Amino acid sequence: MSVREPGQPDDTDVADARLYRVGKPCITWHIDWAREGFGTPSSMKPAPFRYHVPKSVDEAVALLAQLAPDDGRVLAGGQSLVPAMAFRLARPAHLIDINGIATLERLAADGSALTIGACVRHAAFHRPVADGPLGRLLASVVRHIAHYPIRTRGTFCGSLAHADPASEWCLVAATLGAEIAATSARGTRRIAAKDFFTGIMTTALADEELLAEARLPLLPAGTRFGFQEFNRRAGDFAIAMALAVYRVEDGVIADPRIGVGGAESCPRRLAEAERILKGQAPRGDLFRAAAGAAAAAIDPIEDPATPAEYRREVVAAVTRQALERAAP
Amino acid sequence: MIEKRDVTLTINGTTHRVHVESRRTLVDVIRDDCGLTGTHAGCEHGVCGSCTVILDDTPVRACLMFAVQAEGHRIRTVEGLAEGDVLHPLQRAFMAHHGLQCGFCTPGFLMLATSVLERDPHIGDEELIDLLASNLCRCTGYQNIIKAVRAAAQEMRSRG
Ligand SMILES: Cc1cc2nc3c(=O)[nH]c(=O)nc-3n(C[C@H](O)[C@H](O)[C@H](O)COP(=O)(O)OP(=O)(O)OC[C@H]3O[C@@H](n4cnc5c(N)ncnc54)[C@H](O)[C@@H]3O)c2cc1C
Ligand code: FES
Ligand code: FES
Repeated sequence: MSVREPGQPDDTDVADARLYRVGKPCITWHIDWAREGFGTPSSMKPAPFRYHVPKSVDEAVALLAQLAPDDGRVLAGGQSLVPAMAFRLARPAHLIDINGIATLERLAADGSALTIGACVRHAAFHRPVADGPLGRLLASVVRHIAHYPIRTRGTFCGSLAHADPASEWCLVAATLGAEIAATSARGTRRIAAKDFFTGIMTTALADEELLAEARLPLLPAGTRFGFQEFNRRAGDFAIAMALAVYRVEDGVIADPRIGVGGAESCPRRLAEAERILKGQAPRGDLFRAAAGAAAAAIDPIEDPATPAEYRREVVAAVTRQALERAAP
Repeated sequence: MIEKRDVTLTINGTTHRVHVESRRTLVDVIRDDCGLTGTHAGCEHGVCGSCTVILDDTPVRACLMFAVQAEGHRIRTVEGLAEGDVLHPLQRAFMAHHGLQCGFCTPGFLMLATSVLERDPHIGDEELIDLLASNLCRCTGYQNIIKAVRAAAQEMRSRG
């Protein structure tokens, strides 16, 4: 077992780490399990649960208040939860299916932000959903998430709630500074992305809270972006990925945002790289220096196929490529 | 105590009334309770695509949905492709271009390709290959599958 956890590992960390490994669609998991003594699953059938279909957010959060203590969980696109249930890594006693709640399908931009409701699927972003750079950014990133038949079900907010370290949407949320609305029977609180992701597949969301919507700030006209990820096969979770977003004003870089995902337990912005870029003319050696600073700043996670130092080198490469893609 | 529910599924235009546990996936219910064994279950965790069916015009992994969730939706499976004795252009193209060997992955590829070509028969090659990469085939090496889908696309275009 070589997934590196920050802090002292306790039982939940170990459970999370297992889920993390198994959450990756790769046939070699079976081999990993057999080797590591988790046992090969004899069946791929989910354990029994009680199914609930609320028709409104009020009804959903009332059910969550009542059933979360009894291991009740939200079922959104099911594209991460159902595989985990098939492996019996998750055995929720109750599933609260939010797919029938029409108000959660909201996908709309106001003057300052794009609101993405909990039932908005990945596939919605194939065409730009907002004017300007943000819509184009989301359309270019979505093509890296799994495959199309998974994108027709999986949701943007489900990705944030699931918080896989290699989730593209989590990287976008962290880099752009999303605001996440967590609704419970007691009301709604808004959580900044930087406070939302707290570890591998762990977030600030409480068990009885519904992630009702996420808000992404619109990007001013002229904002440039570049996204790059590396994986061994198209559609797999990335070994590392980077998102670079900046403007060029009077020939120099303004408001740089460099986010790295898949490399640490949570995606985050890297101030070390942003500092190097700010106020400088965009050019190759500057990008290399910023990419080197990003790679030096991270504490890479490890798995048997991916040693930490290898992942660090991948971070340097994808960060440089993301910066180059963004360049004028 | 295991919860069972009455579920009404509409598959290829036919209504199936079944009484199933909530935990049963759509692919299992289509096969075991509705008797439509053309849809295959391979990995059962979303990776291989052999269970692909069309739900309200979009392709989905039937192993990653519970049957109870499919109530009220239109489901199409490989059994619905042919019209009587006349095979669908995609089915004929898979035969003509040797797009299958063992055939295990074929129903999934056919449903994936059907939904893709119905949406856009003029789809470009790069996008087509990207979409076909959604499913796994252990026999053909994919080239003949791609050829077959291109040929069917041409036929579907010329028919308008
Ligand atoms: C083969 C395969 C490849 C994949 N590749 C990628 C990839 O490359 N990149 C990537 O990012 N993802 C990938 N995924 C995962 C996919 O993007 C999922 O859709 C996503 O991780 C979870 O979203 P969901 O809506 O399917 O959530 P679900 O599976 O329904 O739920 C996941 C978890 O989040 C909780 N949850 C979901 N929504 C809410 C909510 N609104 N409020 C509170 N809790 C909630 C659930 O209770 C559950 O614990 C892949 C999946 C498969 C099967
Ligand atoms: S059986 Fe559904 S994707 Fe493999
Ligand atoms: S024909 Fe055998 S798996 Fe595709």
